[in-house]
Amino acid sequence: MKANIVIVGAGISGVSIAYNLAKKGVKDIVVFDDNYLSGGATGRCGAGIRQQWGTKNNCILAKKSVEFFEIAQEELQYPRDIEFKQEGYLVIATTKEEDLQFVKNVKLQNSLGIPAVVLTPKEAAKIVPHLNLDIVTSATFCPTDGHLNPFTVTDAYYLAAKRLGVKFFYQEKVLNIIVKDNKIIKVITENYEVITNKVVNAAGGYSKEIGDMVGIDIPVYSENHEILVTEPIEKIQGPMVISFSLNIYCQQVPHGSFIMGRSDPNMPQGYNVDASWHFLDEMAKTAVNLLPPIGDLRVIRQWGGLYNLSPDRQPIISDVKELPGFYLACGFSGHGFMFAPMTGLLLSEIILGEKTTVDTTDLHIDRFKNSDFKDYEKSVV
Amino acid sequence: MNKKDVIICRCEDVTLEELHNLMKEGYTSFEEIKRILRVGMGSCQGNTCGQLIQRELANFTNTPINKVVTHKVRPLFAGVKLKSIVKALDDES
Repeated sequence: MKANIVIVGAGISGVSIAYNLAKKGVKDIVVFDDNYLSGGATGRCGAGIRQQWGTKNNCILAKKSVEFFEIAQEELQYPRDIEFKQEGYLVIATTKEEDLQFVKNVKLQNSLGIPAVVLTPKEAAKIVPHLNLDIVTSATFCPTDGHLNPFTVTDAYYLAAKRLGVKFFYQEKVLNIIVKDNKIIKVITENYEVITNKVVNAAGGYSKEIGDMVGIDIPVYSENHEILVTEPIEKIQGPMVISFSLNIYCQQVPHGSFIMGRSDPNMPQGYNVDASWHFLDEMAKTAVNLLPPIGDLRVIRQWGGLYNLSPDRQPIISDVKELPGFYLACGFSGHGFMFAPMTGLLLSEIILGEKTTVDTTDLHIDRFKNSDFKDYEKSVV
Repeated sequence: MNKKDVIICRCEDVTLEELHNLMKEGYTSFEEIKRILRVGMGSCQGNTCGQLIQRELANFTNTPINKVVTHKVRPLFAGVKLKSIVKALDDES
């Protein structure tokens, strides 16, 4: 088999890159994934879409991605529902430091056109009445943030890319990438050998391994982040409620169930995606403390998925100077789902040598050379 | 009986017709179907629909039923209230 471009990974980033390239007229695009449709991090994510970030890069990527999600149902001509629900993110502050930081964040967000506002605890309670106000010091709210169904939106991109001629191979692991004279010549999978000069690494939690195959050391690592879901009930909560200091995000999805997650500071690096009783305990305590009535809901399922973390918690969307033809979309640090439209657009522009829609200097892998990572994204659970 | 009236997944209210339509579209593994129709994600966690869908997939793909992989089994074993977990933790300490 021959291909113009091979994309490794058919999560939301991979399907978005494939779709954007195909839309620009690129033929013979092949995508490999070692799992099912959205079997990796995309299908395991918290389904949130947020523009309230602490760094300029993340704000811009998120805002422009939301603009796409607003028209995605029509643009991708998807027969099912992508369930884009814009009822906001309510970001909860619980300390003086957070109060101050969030005022700065909102100022940055507003300067970039993101309609976030700072709220008093009382104002926050008007939006989510079941908040425990004893622990809330202030909040910020952006009404155009929200929820999106990871399964159906990935399916939507996949079907749209397929209609444009992209070939997808699921359950087909990439075993090696052959480089000769500093040029990519072949991708070897379990059942195929593909002659190609261009490879996109969108392998999510496994992107470092793909980099290792071609001798490019990508400064990312993977870490298990767990989530649980409750039984569905009638609608009682519009926005996602999130707190960095309490270490929780929690939303009621359109289906009616509550999805919530938190990170574990003691989680070792690696590829384990098991569900743990420790997470269940800590999650239950945190959720019932911040949103007391949620305690009456039954947990029905829990799972884990991989964050692929970069040193500054911002994505790597770039080419690689040391190896022409090798492209990166990784290190999303838990937020690749919500940035996917921009990931696909920017990487397609980079691959085709076009002028990029936004400046991608700070998304390049080279930013990590001799850097002390001062511009570090702290708004991460 | 009309396929529209045959319920395959009671938790998520999925009919045999919806299942067959998706299989015809090319989604022929339980995990893919789960992600689109939510079968196996409800309160019973696939204990009801799992075997029914396994049989449908075996027929559709002409595969021996014991070769058709069903859903990933995840904790919890049964639904537990969040506040019960918190109470159990308080009682322990």
